[in-house]
Amino acid sequence: MHLAVPLVAGALLFGLGIYGVLARKNAVLVLMAVELMLNAVNLNLIAFGAYLRDRFRTGEVTTLFVVTIAAAEVGVGLAIVLLLYRRRESVDLDRATELREEAA
Amino acid sequence: MTTFDVVIALLAATSVGAAALVVTTRQVVHAALWLVVSLAALAGCYVVLAAELVAWVQVLVYVGAVVVLMLFAVMLTRAPIGRSADTDGARLGAAVVATAMTATLVVLLLKSFGDVRVDLKARPVGNGEVIGSALFRSWVLPFELLSLLLLAALVGAVVLTRDDIEGEQ
Repeated sequence: MHLAVPLVAGALLFGLGIYGVLARKNAVLVLMAVELMLNAVNLNLIAFGAYLRDRFRTGEVTTLFVVTIAAAEVGVGLAIVLLLYRRRESVDLDRATELREEAA
Repeated sequence: MTTFDVVIALLAATSVGAAALVVTTRQVVHAALWLVVSLAALAGCYVVLAAELVAWVQVLVYVGAVVVLMLFAVMLTRAPIGRSADTDGARLGAAVVATAMTATLVVLLLKSFGDVRVDLKARPVGNGEVIGSALFRSWVLPFELLSLLLLAALVGAVVLTRDDIEGEQ
């Protein structure tokens, strides 16, 4: 099998993720694009793991770690999005320009 | 061209196509559902690349948990069902940056690994037994640290979303 197939697919997925992070305004959609980027990295890890065939299975184990970290990231990220929505009634990232709480 | 090439190319094309729809569709719920297609096709790629356990974890964690969490967030933030006009911001700038970076990466990867072949049958399939023994022989410390990270993320998410927890005044 050509190694280039998964690598190019990973590059395309990463590019789409970059586009999504930059172009989207809805915070949930931005998180989805971040997931795409993480998955592109995972595909690269698996592909290079299959190519290099190391004894420690580094590619696959690191992918499992990335999946775990991504799950934690989504959990905390969505908690922040919900908090943002509760405070501002909007998840539009272009309008979330201040860190301080709004004056009550 | 082998059968592996054809199958993984088809799966990867499905994944990339669905990902393109994730970042361009104007319906928030559809984006989450296309994300399912994209991540499931990636799980298929992992199977072709002989990473069986990772493929199952991908299905369980991403398709099962992460996308459901996304859908909950979509519903809890009352995203409009149907088309919404204000999903996208600076599309042109984002497209320029993403295209430039993708083109650079693709050219670089094709130049470096364009004619590299992978022998997928040269080592045992990464099933539960193989990955499990690698995990608990060589990777125990990071594995245990990750459980700590998950606990911290869990507590953090609970503290963030509950509004009846007050700091000491």
